[in-house]
Amino acid sequence: MRLYAVVAAGGFRRYATYRTATAAGVFTNTVFGFIVAYTYTALWDERPQLGGYDTSQALTYVWLGQALLMACAMMGGGFEDELVERIRTGDIAVDLYRPVDLQLWWLAGDLGRAAFHLLGRGVVPMVLGALAFDLALPGSPWTWSAFLVSVFLGVVVGFAVRYLVALSAFWLMDGAGAMRIVSLAGLFFSGMLLPLNLFPGLLGEVARALPWSSLLQVPADVFLGKHTGWGLVKAYAFQGGWAVVLLLAGRMVQAAATRRVVVQGG
Amino acid sequence: MAEDVARADGTAEAFPFPERSRLLEGVRAYGLIMAMWVRSTMAYRASFAMTVFGDFAVTAFDFATILLMFSHVDALGGYSLPEIALLYGLSATAFGLCDLLLGSMDRVGRRVRDGTLDTLLVRPVPVLAQVAADRFALRRLGRITQGLLVLGYALVTLDIAWTPLKVLMLPMTLVSGAAIFGAVFVAGAAFQFVAQDASEVQNSFTYGGTTLLQYPPTIFAKDLVRGVTFVVPLAFVSWLPALYVLDREYPVDVPQWAAFLPPLVAVGCWVPASLAWRAGLRAYRSTGS
Repeated sequence: MRLYAVVAAGGFRRYATYRTATAAGVFTNTVFGFIVAYTYTALWDERPQLGGYDTSQALTYVWLGQALLMACAMMGGGFEDELVERIRTGDIAVDLYRPVDLQLWWLAGDLGRAAFHLLGRGVVPMVLGALAFDLALPGSPWTWSAFLVSVFLGVVVGFAVRYLVALSAFWLMDGAGAMRIVSLAGLFFSGMLLPLNLFPGLLGEVARALPWSSLLQVPADVFLGKHTGWGLVKAYAFQGGWAVVLLLAGRMVQAAATRRVVVQGG
Repeated sequence: MAEDVARADGTAEAFPFPERSRLLEGVRAYGLIMAMWVRSTMAYRASFAMTVFGDFAVTAFDFATILLMFSHVDALGGYSLPEIALLYGLSATAFGLCDLLLGSMDRVGRRVRDGTLDTLLVRPVPVLAQVAADRFALRRLGRITQGLLVLGYALVTLDIAWTPLKVLMLPMTLVSGAAIFGAVFVAGAAFQFVAQDASEVQNSFTYGGTTLLQYPPTIFAKDLVRGVTFVVPLAFVSWLPALYVLDREYPVDVPQWAAFLPPLVAVGCWVPASLAWRAGLRAYRSTGS
């Protein structure tokens, strides 16, 4: 357990060293936040209460999206490129020899990364958004903590999906294509482009049932006070359920991959 | 121009030819490096197919978002779906063209950091051409295809009183728009000599710019519209010419003939961008690693 805490702290520190990159990222998140906030304002001007949100809740949703984009790695950008590269070069063989659990090792590092991105790239855009727009920030500390739990579960689900897909590199050798498609699915089905509540009919039902809704839609709804009491328990169960299923699937694929692994020379 | 292309296809003889202009050299080098990257990408065909699809889909999702919005409303900022599709198609295609040709320029910062820029400096080939062609990604055709499809949809569904001028406006807009985005890419790359890992700032202006231009100017605050008209003149990529074609008023005071300025604006953007690039390159100090 201590080992994984150290790995997580390492993940945090590793991203904390890129200060210029973080500042540049904050700038980008803020610019996108403004652009999307204006498009949402135009949309909610036409249809107040769309998707059950009032304008200020919709704007809060926009800035939550910018704040969580990197933490939940909705478009990818966490550990997976490195893992794919290690599989491609054969360095993965070294990792498999280590007396640690491969999946937990990468998970710990990714949690550290997510924690840094939540603070480094989440807080400032959110504050700037709150200064420029009228946001619906929760008053109760309970809601804030409930939100953080939901974000944590979202990060784990995000990790589990990307881990599963990164392992496809054992078969495909070059995982770039598969990773790209997953990052796209993450972008669209997390609700980053538009809240999933606004997706019509069957598309909406499917989108809300897919694991990616754990990355933004569910945490945002917790933040906006849409899930309370049993509803909150159900939301957690949804996220936690996906996390468990996907982590287990990752373990199975990992076992299959290591049985057939042909280490590339080196 | 045909000559440039013929020389750029990689069949030419020994290099360098001192009598050739720097521009020709650059274009030829670009072509050679591009061909190399295309060959290397094709080594993993399944992955290539998936990334082309990915680039197509990532932009398609942008438009899908707009379609989803229009499943709830009839107009956004006073603009109908086909009108927004025109704005979208012009900006997405122009950006796609530029991204195909120069989209890898955001790697300059990484090359400065890890010292591999030195390799480019010792080659007898213009550095800009090498950087621009670095990791040339044919998959970006997916983005252009998507932009053209939406543009086609807009042109089919819109009821425009076409004049020869309006027809000529479209290709002019695409080429100048790509050039304006190109200047932003080059300026952003120059900035990376100073701030080595700040390539995301560039994304705000490129990806952010194209997202902004996909929506009508009426939905944004006037100051923001002024900013992208007079400071970073992205409005000339699509808004101004498209609004002329649609016979629409521009939300801030700009004379109507401004719609014909994109080529001049593009040239105007490339001057400071290339000066910045040269200054950045001159100021470059190798890490020595």
